[in-house]
Amino acid sequence: MKVQLGRIAHARSGDKGNLVNIGVIAYKPEAWPILLREVTEERVKEHFADRIEGTVVRYELPEIQALNFVCTEALMGGGTLSLLSDAQGKSFGGGILGMEVEIDDTMLTLCVS
Amino acid sequence: MIRIGCGQGFWGDSPEAPVRLVEDGPLDYLVLDYLAEVTMSILQKQKRDNPAFGYARDFPALMERIQHSGVKVIANAGGVNPMACAQEIRRRCPGLKVAVVLGDDILDRLREHKLLNMDTGAPLSTVIDQVLSANAYIGAFPLAEALATGADVVVTGRCSDAALVLAPMVHRFGWSETDWPLLAAGIVAGHIVECGAQCTGGNCLAAWETIPDLANIGYPIVEAHEDGTVVITKHEGSGGRVSLASVKEQLVYEVGDPGAYYTPDVIADFTTVQLVDAGPNRVAVGGASGRPRPALLKASIAYHWGWKAAGTLTYGPPKASEKARRAAAIVNERCAKLGLTFDKQVTEVFGEEWAMLRMAVRDRNKATVERWTREMIPLVLNGPPGATGYGEGRPKAHEVVAYWPTLLPREAVTTRIEVLG
Repeated sequence: MKVQLGRIAHARSGDKGNLVNIGVIAYKPEAWPILLREVTEERVKEHFADRIEGTVVRYELPEIQALNFVCTEALMGGGTLSLLSDAQGKSFGGGILGMEVEIDDTMLTLCVS
Repeated sequence: MIRIGCGQGFWGDSPEAPVRLVEDGPLDYLVLDYLAEVTMSILQKQKRDNPAFGYARDFPALMERIQHSGVKVIANAGGVNPMACAQEIRRRCPGLKVAVVLGDDILDRLREHKLLNMDTGAPLSTVIDQVLSANAYIGAFPLAEALATGADVVVTGRCSDAALVLAPMVHRFGWSETDWPLLAAGIVAGHIVECGAQCTGGNCLAAWETIPDLANIGYPIVEAHEDGTVVITKHEGSGGRVSLASVKEQLVYEVGDPGAYYTPDVIADFTTVQLVDAGPNRVAVGGASGRPRPALLKASIAYHWGWKAAGTLTYGPPKASEKARRAAAIVNERCAKLGLTFDKQVTEVFGEEWAMLRMAVRDRNKATVERWTREMIPLVLNGPPGATGYGEGRPKAHEVVAYWPTLLPREAVTTRIEVLG
């Protein structure tokens, strides 16, 4: 079945110049393989198609069951140059939790917070 | 074991937080992080207008409130004028010994180096005539040296944020410049607490509705041990929540490659960090690893780019978002008729039943931006019906000071300590 990522993970995002990073963290260790399989660089880029003009690179932190996505050219210049309401990329964390991920029923009960 | 509180995550953070941290004690050290990437350029402009300014002026006022606490304070409040900051602290608190860390300011020596933009590779010559400030990020060792003078307060300019927390560990535990895993442990602790309450339940997406008493949120405390293990906690009775979730969110905050977190003191590896629930509002952090420090130091250069302005109008029902989009189209058509063109412009519409229109422009030319600021508010009378939310008047043009990150050889930066009192 398809559920929103926010059922099994939480997140935080921030900026570095024109770059946004999005940390995605499993609530339960059982959700780690699901994150690895479902939350790919391609899907993140597609999810924020209208906001990320550059590339998406994924890093893994298996000890804390977290992924870190580094997205370039995501803030229209970034810092003081950005004209966006969210010039520091704070909303990407909440935004990514709306992504749909595929998970079966029995796994879901193990993975929710 | 030493206890280090972090009472300020940026310049503008809660003025009461550091006072509460000290009053609720016991603490050995209080660290305060005032400097974001663009803060230095704001301070440089203030110094240009008045040579006695150029530092976070609320810091000496804070010191006056907490001068009798006995807690040692380390703050990068010095900005581009750390000596003036220290002198003002001495004026307000004559009983305190203040050590100033100098040497991060490289504004007068930019032409000695061939500096390239870290992101674009462009040479500094493209912007050098517009440069307002230039500061190298220094590490924890000069700060530890300042603590070793017996100072009550250490004032720095630009340093790595996490160095503020690593410095007292280096000082008290005698860690050496090549104790890479220990230095990495201190950097990880510093990274977790450097944004203040962002690790104690603030800005936390994990079950945020259930985080208690955010109005009285406790700011973080690091209990640091000589072997590099630390516990992140907060004062009993304060609001917020220190949990595995809140600490994990902060661990990944504003990180690039978590396997190579560059600082002036060590390249820390966050991927080996282990977190353990150590009781209510207590998270133990261990397992950090580190590699030898980089040969190059990062420096932040701020330069005048141009001008920008942003304005909002709010529309009520019926058809609020349709009115907002129509309003934006009208502004754009009128600007086109005036022959105004912009380096960049953005239109955002938020909400449906009620809708907020937000428009923003930027350009090198101040007159172009100022002309634009006169086109939005007239819509209240001459645009779609029912515009509200214009109480602040027309938008104001603001100077855009942009950020130019670069790297320079470590040997090019020499720090020194001066002690007052």
